[in-house]
Amino acid sequence: MKFTKLLATAAVALGMATTAFADDKTKVGFVYVGPVGDGGWTYEHNKGRLAVEAEFGDKVETTFVENVPEGADAERVMTQMALQGADLIFTTSFGYMDPTINVAKKFPNVKFEHATGYKQADNVSVYSARFYEGRAIQGHIAGKMTKSNIVGYIGSFPIPEVIRGINSAYIHAKKVNPDVEFKIVWAFTWFDPAKEADAAKVLIEQGADVILQHTDSTAPLAAAEAAGDVIGFGQASDMAEFADGPRVSSIIDDWAPYYIARTKAVMDGAWESKSTWDGIGAGMVGIGEITDKVPADVKAEALAMKAAIADGSYHPFTGPINKQDGSVWLKEGETAQDYSDDGLAGMNFFVEGIVGDIPE
Amino acid sequence: MDLSAINPALLLASLLVAATPILIAGIGELVVERAGVLNLGVEGMMITGAICGFMATIITGSPALGFLFAALGGAALSLLFALLTQVALANQVASGLALTLFGLGLSALLGQGYVGLKPPSTPKLDIPLLSDIPFFGTVLFNHDIIVYLGIALVAAVWAVLKFTRVGLVLRAVGENHDAAHALGYKVVRIRVLAIMFGGACAGLGGAYISLIRVPQWTEGMTAGAGWIALALVVFASWKPWRVLLGAWLFGGITVLQLNLQAAGVSIPVEILSMSPYIITIVVLVIMSADKSRAPASLGRIFHASS
Repeated sequence: MKFTKLLATAAVALGMATTAFADDKTKVGFVYVGPVGDGGWTYEHNKGRLAVEAEFGDKVETTFVENVPEGADAERVMTQMALQGADLIFTTSFGYMDPTINVAKKFPNVKFEHATGYKQADNVSVYSARFYEGRAIQGHIAGKMTKSNIVGYIGSFPIPEVIRGINSAYIHAKKVNPDVEFKIVWAFTWFDPAKEADAAKVLIEQGADVILQHTDSTAPLAAAEAAGDVIGFGQASDMAEFADGPRVSSIIDDWAPYYIARTKAVMDGAWESKSTWDGIGAGMVGIGEITDKVPADVKAEALAMKAAIADGSYHPFTGPINKQDGSVWLKEGETAQDYSDDGLAGMNFFVEGIVGDIPE
Repeated sequence: MDLSAINPALLLASLLVAATPILIAGIGELVVERAGVLNLGVEGMMITGAICGFMATIITGSPALGFLFAALGGAALSLLFALLTQVALANQVASGLALTLFGLGLSALLGQGYVGLKPPSTPKLDIPLLSDIPFFGTVLFNHDIIVYLGIALVAAVWAVLKFTRVGLVLRAVGENHDAAHALGYKVVRIRVLAIMFGGACAGLGGAYISLIRVPQWTEGMTAGAGWIALALVVFASWKPWRVLLGAWLFGGITVLQLNLQAAGVSIPVEILSMSPYIITIVVLVIMSADKSRAPASLGRIFHASS
């Protein structure tokens, strides 16, 4: 008897609590592609979520689901979040693009924010960061620092975001080191530490002494450290724990200001669908501290480039740049458009000099 | 294309490393299934072993103790499965899946303070003269002890199953638990021991990833290796040497395809990426065209009264 009573009281209390929540709290959901402890991509998105909580305190309630596969499963998770009363849902991987659009159609009153995609709707905003700006700086350092003239690049999926990064890094490495060669390995995963480590080891065995990665875990840096005399960069997060080892700098994604602003917009009823694509200038892309392994003059050049990109005086894709097949992409002095044929948003080609094909 | 960039000795050596986690986890699961129990929790036990081994190595500074604790951790988790399926007679498929989910969650919780730490490196077994032999030295005699342990385990499991009384009893329990029970064998006890052996092996396999192959702790870092091990057992028709072959094929082609990609071979990357799965399955399926079949009592619940 006592036990049932206890249960009943608990149920009533819980019921009251949930209705109370439903009344005055803005509910924000996050869908993650990896675990929050990946030390990279998802870790930074989760930092953004925590920043939203810190900013609004009791006025907001955030939930997240991690390790959500890109595909039908994602749709299920988003639907569940929407049914549970989420007001705003951030879907944080490129592969969630179509699921987000599908679910958004079913829940016109819920606001969606999709990261790194290009499909917008009345209740779907898209946002991304200009990671390629950071890649330009990486490429510069890589080109200056490689002794074997072989740079290894671990790609995840052949999507515009990743291809932009490869092109940007290559252009700037080539600029300072005409002999540089890129070896590219596609891992076809965002997160699989063992596979990422294998890919890094293979690249190192084939002569690479700089490893650039576009996957989410710190495993490639661990492999670089084990090999010795190989440098790498933090990806998505600072990965500072490798700063006394192979990590010489990093690209840091800072989503917190955007997440706070968008949550605020929902609270104020001012949210509207838009497309945001910010870079170093707006603070969405950060460059992690460049360590002493990098010679002082290279560091100074890298910082100068960062400043020029930030104030808009330099665009990482400035002509003349040819496509891989030798045709002209950008004429002398021309800079790449965001949205147009051959624009950055849908980039699906390598620039001249890169060897290998992009998987279809 | 520049195939000369690929060093065959290094390739074969990394084959052994890439194969070891699924090999050890697979051979453990083989014993479990030969005893008539289907434990789908390999992934959960591997990741638990990965974090237990990692924590023990960080705390004690000794990789050997790390591997010991990894085996203990995996075995302890498998005991939960044994309790559910052998004592409470719960459904094995559901319990195994639950074990995987539980293991992933538990390891994430345990590992919170261990992200970004670096374990002391496990020494390689440098056998003085042998490891200096060109080519063969690099391929065969320049590994950590766990690589050899994995191969030894396969040999031991094969010998025990084929030649010893213990192996015979284990197989009898797996083929027909009622008959084994009628003969006076303790079906439940034998199965619990087999499950714990499987758990210990899975734990070792997981720790190999977190201590040697990657070496670091990241949540969810086994990323499906447990499922590969599980599939390997089935496609290997529950035969130890075929598990070894399957693991080497899978590990070898995984490393080979990355090498081919890096060397710029003009084979579409999609085909290279799926090749480890396809080739391993095809080879093992062709081999299982002989009269191999699953242990007859696999997955069935045993109770002395029935």
